Amino acid sequence: MRQATTIKTILRCFSNTSYLNSGCVQSCHRVSFSIPASVSNAQLIRNRYFSSDTSTEREDRPEFPGAKSGWTDRLEFVKSDLYDGIPVYRVMDREGKVLQEDQDPKLPEEMVVQMYRSMTLLNTMDRILYESQRQGRISFYMTNYGEEGTHVGSAAALNPDDMVFGQYRESGVLMWRGFTLDNFMNQCYGNELDLGKGRQMPVHYGSKDLGFVTISSPLGTQMPQAVGAAYAFKRAQKGQCVICYFGEGAASEGDAHAAFNFSATLECPIIFFCRNNGYAISTPTSEQYRGDGIAGRGPAYGLLSIRVDGNDTLAVYNATKRAREMAVKENRPVLIEAMTYRIGHHSTSDDSSAYRSVDEVRFWDSTDHPISRLRNYMVRQDWWNDDKEKEWKKKSKVAVMEAFARAEKKLKPDWRLMFSDVYEKMTPDLKEQLQGMEEHLKKYGDHYPLKNYAKSNTPIE
Amino acid sequence: MWSNVTPRCVQCIKNKSVVRQLHKTSLKGLCFNPLPVSNRTPTAVGSLQKRISSVLQQWTRSYSAHFTYVPDTVPSSEGETVRMNLFQAVNNAMDIALASDPTAIIFGEDVAFGGVFRCTLNLQDKHGKDRVFNTPLCEQGIAGFGIGAAVAGATVIAEMQFADYIFPAFDQIVNEAAKFRYRCGNQFDCGKLTFRAPCGAVGHGALYHSQSPEAYFAHTPGLKIVMPRGAVKAKGLLLSCIRSNDPCIFFEPKILYRSAVEQVPTRDYELPIGKADILLEGENVTLLGWGTQVHVLREVAQLAQDRLNVTCEVIDLVTIQPWDRETIFNSVTKTGRLVIAHEAPLNCGLGAEIAASVQKECFLNLEAPIQRVTGHDTPFPHVFEPFYIPDKWRCLEAVRVAVEF
Repeated sequence: MRQATTIKTILRCFSNTSYLNSGCVQSCHRVSFSIPASVSNAQLIRNRYFSSDTSTEREDRPEFPGAKSGWTDRLEFVKSDLYDGIPVYRVMDREGKVLQEDQDPKLPEEMVVQMYRSMTLLNTMDRILYESQRQGRISFYMTNYGEEGTHVGSAAALNPDDMVFGQYRESGVLMWRGFTLDNFMNQCYGNELDLGKGRQMPVHYGSKDLGFVTISSPLGTQMPQAVGAAYAFKRAQKGQCVICYFGEGAASEGDAHAAFNFSATLECPIIFFCRNNGYAISTPTSEQYRGDGIAGRGPAYGLLSIRVDGNDTLAVYNATKRAREMAVKENRPVLIEAMTYRIGHHSTSDDSSAYRSVDEVRFWDSTDHPISRLRNYMVRQDWWNDDKEKEWKKKSKVAVMEAFARAEKKLKPDWRLMFSDVYEKMTPDLKEQLQGMEEHLKKYGDHYPLKNYAKSNTPIE
Repeated sequence: MWSNVTPRCVQCIKNKSVVRQLHKTSLKGLCFNPLPVSNRTPTAVGSLQKRISSVLQQWTRSYSAHFTYVPDTVPSSEGETVRMNLFQAVNNAMDIALASDPTAIIFGEDVAFGGVFRCTLNLQDKHGKDRVFNTPLCEQGIAGFGIGAAVAGATVIAEMQFADYIFPAFDQIVNEAAKFRYRCGNQFDCGKLTFRAPCGAVGHGALYHSQSPEAYFAHTPGLKIVMPRGAVKAKGLLLSCIRSNDPCIFFEPKILYRSAVEQVPTRDYELPIGKADILLEGENVTLLGWGTQVHVLREVAQLAQDRLNVTCEVIDLVTIQPWDRETIFNSVTKTGRLVIAHEAPLNCGLGAEIAASVQKECFLNLEAPIQRVTGHDTPFPHVFEPFYIPDKWRCLEAVRVAVEF
């Protein structure tokens, strides 16, 4: 309820009363009604009625089809800095202390501990895979440091059959949904157990079983797609919802504009979840936009919008939970902007010290981190302590290392899988190219890393 | 009949450009509205009408379109047929698709009221607003939305108002739709997705209402691309595209929307994607085209017979990707000569791909260099259109060069 009130307050700021009313009362006396023959009776009555009435409620209004508003005779531009920015919703402070008791979602101990375990397991996996890339064992990696709370907080508020469209920094959503460490590792290694058959770069996860649509590199493309999926869900009437994650940088893509607008006009049950972590690779938000972040755009498209503290897992949970209810019940798109900070480098191909200070990073890592904040909350509830922490750290590290070793040992998939799934069935041209490559390898196989690749038991079609 | 005729209209008539407006192949949706009609018919207007008619007759004879439409005929075994033009056949195919598949949806810019080319006429009334609906004016959105709906289980028929405006959706089509199944290891796919887009020359469409962008997409693995030559083909091929489990782009030559009239089977039928049609058998030269160009080539075959005494084998490629190599190779193996004609520009047009492939497969059978007659490597011009398109005279000359080589 608090959230709804907040949005109302903001919207009221836009329609500042003096701006709206000042010219209207006068202008309705000035208007002369020349009524074309085609105007309907109802219209006529309405015009007469309005012209003789001076109350602001019943005044003459502009009839333009493109917008509903009043007249003004004051030349005044709407300023983008009319208000103090959409406030950041939070449930607990940095010490994990709940600020308003009625905002505590009162999640059961088991669930909160599970959320914490997902976040920390992801963190452990990030550290090991990041290092493994540094050692040249996998080709590429992207960590999730500092944004674990946005993933798990939102994922926990969804139904398991809600569909997820992500960008690439949402591994925690998969972790929460049950993507195993082996699943993650197999994809990063592109080995024969990878669900994606080794075709995409590391971190481009996907799982049909978990309703997590496979990640692709082009930014923003998933956004209108998620809207289309939500539309299909609305028609299927199974109460499913779609969540679509994206960064504040991706929100500058044309596809973001398309998605926001389509979702509103076509009334789709979708949650747009923006991770605003301050940077798009090296580009700070000051070079990304000049409005009130991403949430500030929502009302302009007709989206229900809210800004939350992305390092407050419970605030993210609350916002997503409520967003889901509204999206599904009312077929209304909702925009959540989670404010956070990208603690890690953009990727293993990036050294972020080239464009931001180490102190800045350290502040977020040590003072305002989603993991430590949730731990503080759990300690306050007496659900967690140092022993449990120590034990879990050890256990999770071992689990990650074991999965890592298993994945590394596996062969790559049969190279022939390069040719399948381009189409549902392999075209004659592709069959010919596959055969051509087979012939080639019979002659030149010595020059290729064939021994690292499995030989499929089933024919590839 | 002709009421609000202004001096400018008269000037237009004098300039003969009005002929194109009135010609049966001209299209309302191209912003060229038919001349205003009203009940008031003063004598002056009547006489003007006569002048228009006479100019019209004169020009439809001498300029006309750059092709003569040859209807397809279907055997009586196909069952009941109805006379339809291409837009009606497309409409009929979509009507059947919606009726036979409850998940099917149609959307795009202005499709709700029937579409600027009337292809979706009455479909919203018949099947509901949630199934046939307008989107905001944004091609990348239409494409992305379509992909997502297909991924979530819907059958999607998305319209791009003109093929010229498909480029904002290029990223969604090339990077996303085409690669969806491949990149996720066949866990997800958007195979139930079809894009329809009116394409090709229309007499006066200039740069952005005339393009034939098939070659851009043919360079992208994962897409199927189809272009029909008439109403019968349009219906069967569109139904195949809609029901195919691969994302398809269905290019509709808009000049044929009204002019391609033939008896179309009323039943639900599909025609194979990836199969070329031999329309005329011949011994001396293979003429290969698709879409409207097929009708140009039919005339060329007749001209070649009359003037050069050579018989041409005319083939409609039908499917741009994956194209029917076997039929083309067999034909060229027989004739030894190949003329490929398309409206799109020469450089890296689909003709280049076909020529290179034929040269590789039919090297020993080729008796003359492969000829490509295409649009020039310029943007598609307005007033120069008659000099731009690969018309029958340019094609005939290519046949002559090939046989006299």
